[in-house]
Amino acid sequence: MDYEEKEEKKMQIRDGFVAGSPIVIGYLPIAIAYGVLAKQAGLSLGEITGMSLLVFAGAAQFMGAGMIGLGVSAMEIIIATFVLNFRHFVMSLSFINQIKHYSLKVKFPLALGLTDETFSVSSIYRKQVNQSYGYYFYGTIFLTSYLSWVFGSFLGGILGEIIPEALSQSMGVALYAMFIALLVPSVRKQKRIIWISATAMVSNFLLSPEIGQGWGIVVGTLVGGLIGVFVLEEENA
Amino acid sequence: MTWFIILGMALVTAIPRVIPAYIVDLVQFPEWVNKWLQAIPYAALGALIFPGILSVTPDRPYVALAAGGVAILLSWLRVHVILVVFSAILTVLFFTI
Repeated sequence: MDYEEKEEKKMQIRDGFVAGSPIVIGYLPIAIAYGVLAKQAGLSLGEITGMSLLVFAGAAQFMGAGMIGLGVSAMEIIIATFVLNFRHFVMSLSFINQIKHYSLKVKFPLALGLTDETFSVSSIYRKQVNQSYGYYFYGTIFLTSYLSWVFGSFLGGILGEIIPEALSQSMGVALYAMFIALLVPSVRKQKRIIWISATAMVSNFLLSPEIGQGWGIVVGTLVGGLIGVFVLEEENA
Repeated sequence: MTWFIILGMALVTAIPRVIPAYIVDLVQFPEWVNKWLQAIPYAALGALIFPGILSVTPDRPYVALAAGGVAILLSWLRVHVILVVFSAILTVLFFTI
């Protein structure tokens, strides 16, 4: 391999680590909490870790583990998971459109690893799409997030509550702070973006008590995005 | 039975995530749809932040709002995202301990 190419790949991986590190900080305590809850619900360590490996979706896993513990029917749990995670279809559509020119070999694993957090970070860091080996950047974000999620659930499953409650509650704000830190610079650069986000917030806030958290986010995201058709400036990415 | 549930959850989560990888190449979106998709990240962030952030401290929503305010202020001042995250954590910790 060419020396320069190797350096470029290394740089993308390093940038991916930096960009993905807030996700890791946010995921670890939540994954541990999930492991603890799932254990209390009666899941084995294999099942706890297996669910993280195979499903990789925080809120849905909390809900699923809780429902298994309550003895809810499989059908109901699976349907509830589908509803809660359907928002990822919308996010995936947006992200895949961003990385359109990548081969399916790259798109497929990235789509599979898409969560609220990996999507948010990857879609705000857009310039890497057109850089050489940019997919190493996105791949690193997705892989570190995935591994920290799986590792955290495993830890929670074996060790129980290893983080004091006050700290774990405080760390619960981490991912929200990350979402804010991703959004604010975009708003600062293009003020009109606030209309997109505010519409989504208000729609979600008003609708989720009526139609549930899952659909609330889906509809809020779609309606907010629609505002973008009118207010977003032409982008030549 | 639990494994059956886990596999079912995995499938209904994975399928909606990967379908776009196959359809985006097949359809040529009109310009307004492209714009819509470009706006989705900002909309999704909005919908993910609020009202979800209130659930961090369910009994005292103002604590979560204060942490959110700190995060907004610092990121407006171009503070790095990691420091924003830590400052928000410390804000909640400050009110909790």
